[in-house]
Amino acid sequence: MNAMMLCYALLIGLALPLGLYMGRALDTDRPSVMDRLFGPVESVLMRLAGVDRRASMSWSAYLLAVLKLHLLLVALAWLVFMGQGFLPLNPDGIPGMNWDTALHTAVSFATNTNQQHYSGQAQLSYLSQTLAIVTLQFLTPATGLAVLLAITRTLLRRPAATDAGGGVGNYYVDLTRIVMRVLLPLSLVVALILVWQGVPATYQGAERVMMLDGGATQVIPRGPVAPMVAIKQLGTNGGGWYGPNSTVPLENPTGLSNLIETIALMLIPVASLIAVGVISGRRRLMMGIGAVMIAFSLITTSLIVVSERLPNAALAGLVVADSPNLEGKELRFGSDLSALWGSWTTQTSNGSVNAMHDSFNPLGGLGLLMDMFVNVTFGGIGVGLIGYLLYLMLAAFIGSLMIGRAPELFGKPLETREMRWISLAILAQPLIILGLSAITVTFPGLTGNSNPGFHGLSQVLYEFTSAFANNGSGFEGLGDATPWWNLTCVVALAVGRFLPMLVPLAVAGWLAGKRTAPQGRGSLVMESGAFVGLSAGVIVIVNLLGFLPALVLGPIAEQLVLAP
Amino acid sequence: MKPIDDSTFVSRSRTGRDSGSDRESPVKRDLTRRRPRAAATTLQVQPLLLLVESFKRLNPTSLARNPVMAVVAIGTLICALYTTLAFAEANGQGGFALSVTLILLATVLFANAAEAMAEARGKAHAGSLRATRGELKARRLTHSGEETVAADQLRRGDRVRVSAGELIPADGEIVQGAGSINESAVTGESAPVLREAGTDNSGVSAGTKLLSDELIVEVSVDPGESLLDRMIALVEGASRQKTPSELALSVLLSTLTLVFLIVVVTLVPMARFVGIETSTVMLVALLVCLIPTTIGGLLPAIGIAGMERAMRANLIAKSGKAVEIAGSIDTLLLDKTGTITLGDRRATEFAPCHGIDMKRLREVAGICSLEDPTPEGRSIVVLAREQGASLADEQGASLTPVEDAEVVPFSATSRVSGLDFADGRRWRKGAPNAIARQVQEAGGRLPDDYEALVERISRHGATPLAVAEDNVLLGVIALSDVIKPGIAERFMQLREMGVKTVMITGDNPITASAIAAEAGVDDYIAEATPERKLELIREEQAAGRLVAMMGDGTNDAPALAQADLGLAMNSGTQAAREAANMVDLDSDPGKLLEAVEIGKQLLITRGALTTFSLANDVAKYFVILPAIFAASVPALGGLDVLDLHSPASAVLSAVIFNALVIPALIPFALRGVRVRATSASAMLRRNLLIYGLGGLLLPFPAIKLIDLVVGLFV
Repeated sequence: MNAMMLCYALLIGLALPLGLYMGRALDTDRPSVMDRLFGPVESVLMRLAGVDRRASMSWSAYLLAVLKLHLLLVALAWLVFMGQGFLPLNPDGIPGMNWDTALHTAVSFATNTNQQHYSGQAQLSYLSQTLAIVTLQFLTPATGLAVLLAITRTLLRRPAATDAGGGVGNYYVDLTRIVMRVLLPLSLVVALILVWQGVPATYQGAERVMMLDGGATQVIPRGPVAPMVAIKQLGTNGGGWYGPNSTVPLENPTGLSNLIETIALMLIPVASLIAVGVISGRRRLMMGIGAVMIAFSLITTSLIVVSERLPNAALAGLVVADSPNLEGKELRFGSDLSALWGSWTTQTSNGSVNAMHDSFNPLGGLGLLMDMFVNVTFGGIGVGLIGYLLYLMLAAFIGSLMIGRAPELFGKPLETREMRWISLAILAQPLIILGLSAITVTFPGLTGNSNPGFHGLSQVLYEFTSAFANNGSGFEGLGDATPWWNLTCVVALAVGRFLPMLVPLAVAGWLAGKRTAPQGRGSLVMESGAFVGLSAGVIVIVNLLGFLPALVLGPIAEQLVLAP
Repeated sequence: MKPIDDSTFVSRSRTGRDSGSDRESPVKRDLTRRRPRAAATTLQVQPLLLLVESFKRLNPTSLARNPVMAVVAIGTLICALYTTLAFAEANGQGGFALSVTLILLATVLFANAAEAMAEARGKAHAGSLRATRGELKARRLTHSGEETVAADQLRRGDRVRVSAGELIPADGEIVQGAGSINESAVTGESAPVLREAGTDNSGVSAGTKLLSDELIVEVSVDPGESLLDRMIALVEGASRQKTPSELALSVLLSTLTLVFLIVVVTLVPMARFVGIETSTVMLVALLVCLIPTTIGGLLPAIGIAGMERAMRANLIAKSGKAVEIAGSIDTLLLDKTGTITLGDRRATEFAPCHGIDMKRLREVAGICSLEDPTPEGRSIVVLAREQGASLADEQGASLTPVEDAEVVPFSATSRVSGLDFADGRRWRKGAPNAIARQVQEAGGRLPDDYEALVERISRHGATPLAVAEDNVLLGVIALSDVIKPGIAERFMQLREMGVKTVMITGDNPITASAIAAEAGVDDYIAEATPERKLELIREEQAAGRLVAMMGDGTNDAPALAQADLGLAMNSGTQAAREAANMVDLDSDPGKLLEAVEIGKQLLITRGALTTFSLANDVAKYFVILPAIFAASVPALGGLDVLDLHSPASAVLSAVIFNALVIPALIPFALRGVRVRATSASAMLRRNLLIYGLGGLLLPFPAIKLIDLVVGLFV
């Protein structure tokens, strides 16, 4: 527990200065020193791309720009994955991917999910890894944060921005700034530390070593691993160079590397909250939201840590029966550090692993699933807070009624049109996750399950939840490189990414055109403990309760049956 | 569907006062003048007719208006089907399935009953207003003369002649003549009021009685479009337009219903995958318990009851939106006279000029006023007596010094009144400059401190009235506006709730600021013109505030139309009544405050029941989920925290609780949440505690209790 608390303290200690820095460096409305440092490079890039960086987009233009760029990125990545056999930078001669696995991989990485139905080191060339995968690993977290910035400027900023044209900012400018000023420098630092700790960074192809018995040679895949691991951890991406991700010593060699990678999971999501507080001037609201997020985080992390300290029920009666659950865990890290990573990686929609989630005790698995259902416990970069705003809108609707005012959010009226779209974004989650899970278990021929019964259900549920939450981690045990899994997951990935991210942008855009009632004694105080509590209650009741029956049939039943 | 005949559906007993007044907050009673009202009835809905009405509303078109209850109805049908199958197969499940079916049916009926009750009450109020019209006849003017037609054939623009003793046949405006009218049929106030063509008091309502003179009235509405007809449409469930926030809330409730529908439907294959066969009846029970039936069932009733409360306050809203928006008002523009001050001024001080005996001033002022019938005059007598002057008694009989004086009445040209004695003495009181001129003309001279005295009194917001005896100026009487009792406290409460009050007055800035300070309004506008009002409304709206105002004159019409809530007095001109979105039958300027409260009440009731309904779900999960699965997976019985009797009794208890909550909350839905004058934060905290936490905890003991009873039979 001490290690866990230390990590939380370290996380907040590092996120605070980073958040303050991001708040200054990313605010397009306030010039800062960083403009002089990064400005020249950025303006060259903007000129090359033919973007007028002073032109502010309307919310709908911003939204369309996001969709258009992603469509382009998916198409390019798809082609690269299918054609990698003919393309350069393929020293190990890896053939092209199936169309469906390639499509799933492209969408998965373009949605910041990094769900992998393949094994990276064996099925992707250097070109695919560096050009397609790593590009997306930078651009997708930057997109989440960019949309958050647009919403911050439109909805949250106090006093409201004076942009007469109704603009919400320029997507390409935001994207460039985030990559240049935040993601690249941080990745560089983390990558260098990882290289120091022994993570490979080379273009020389796989190493062939002679085994000690002299007979066989073993192929050890290598590549520019360290830089990719850095952005994989920092960018809530999660897709590693190697199939088993950060359980492999080559991705995560030492205690220090494990600590750095663990902190990197949460760093930018926490810092984003602080940055938005700085840019919007709503520090107290962000502190309130942060308090709820930390509370959620501590609850599920504690649940998982405690669960993994319990012995594995399958070992009952053996000598090791009293040890913590170490099945599927790296003995180097033990149960606590594996549980902590597991919890943070599901809270932030990262999805990288340093232990096998499939082997967690049922209650541990329950904690991971709950993290992904909620998905706003800091959440993915940008989108975590955007997701929270969605629930905040619902809470504001109910809260306004409870104080006798027509529903409003930050003094702006929430009407039927807004509620319709907010509702749709809320509805999508159970519809996709439960709907696809139900279809899948109805036709067991499709599922390729390794386990029947409660655990088998948990696996199916986990896969779709991970896709919708843009998490990417897997319970595995599923033969998932089939058209069924690839295509259904593509749907879950795309809907789960774009609907909850873009609906709040649209709502912010609509609200910007409406009157703003001044804050007074009669208006809803969103900073108040009561309201923040209400928003937490909305998350629990609207989100978690919907999944309770499925959870009862999956991990809860498994737990009760295993350890009555 | 046949409209409800409220005369048979609802029995009315006159109590002589508003049945709602005893449960309203004491504050409100201080504030708004309570009048006996036309709709002063205690309503008892007859149970049998209510039952019939609840069944009538089971028809699909009626149910389709309410998606939440429609799902319950479909669930009932499915359960009924399974009941039939179970009895046909005699598999022993029939009794349980039948019980669930009946309880679900009851759930729908309870919701129907809530709506029917609210509608019946609303219609009874409207009906009692309308009943007075009866079979009115009208004398319509034609080119050639007059013709007698039924009132419901009158069209907008028709002119009718009304003579003393007749009822006004339709809403309209007096175009010729003036007369006193008894409006008690509409307002409950029996004192006659004066209505006159070409003034701001030219509006007349159908059903009121002309007491004197003869009028020509221009009809202002087509049949079926009178204020009353519009109001009735607001309380009629089938044709009612949902208000904006009700629509948005319906979207949310439908979504939650869909979410839980997905949850329950997908549960079937998932349960089958892990080897559990689920009982359809139990799943339907789970679904009905999870979807927000409490708020879904009561939502129409809450909306109708809100309209009905407005109507009971004699506020006729032209749309439900108007009532709803009243709750969100940020700024109230209030006319000084009648709202903040009593209509009349009162003497508060005698200020003698230098060298004049106070006693003398009191006597002269007092005696001069004995024959003055105005409230101001009477108040001078009262004040003089209070300060010890020995004037005549109440009847003015033993008027010691003067038996033989002649009264000089007040006229607008002289602006003075007084007494001329037989011995030639002349006592006068009146406007300071008029008196000063008379004194000077009579050869007197003005005391040195006279002007200072007059100015001092004006500065304090009072009106100075000078008193003179022949050519001697005795002094000045201060006539002050009297702030209504309790109004300052009321404004404080409004401020606490975040509502800004602005006083509108024609007074000069000095007077206005003094009154504003005393009454405790946030702001005031002196020497206000209708244009200034309009300007102010626009300014406030530009700052994002919602503005309410009250008005009666034609020149108020633009401001009434511009305001988010424009409340016209029923006595006002047709233009004002048309521009406004609400009309006050009592023509009481204090009504704005009541309108705000009714609006807030409507919204809070919706919010509170939504929260309560959702919070209930937690407990129901803990009851039903173990019941559904426990048979196949005994280990899941561990979730049964309440230790209920059996799976069947658990499910029955949950649906019984779910059904009974609706009728239990009907009185609450009809009456509305009590609005407290506190800040929004305090209100949110309080309501979350009661309806959120309460809604979370209450079902646990309640379901356990029901289970104890059900357990006896199952």
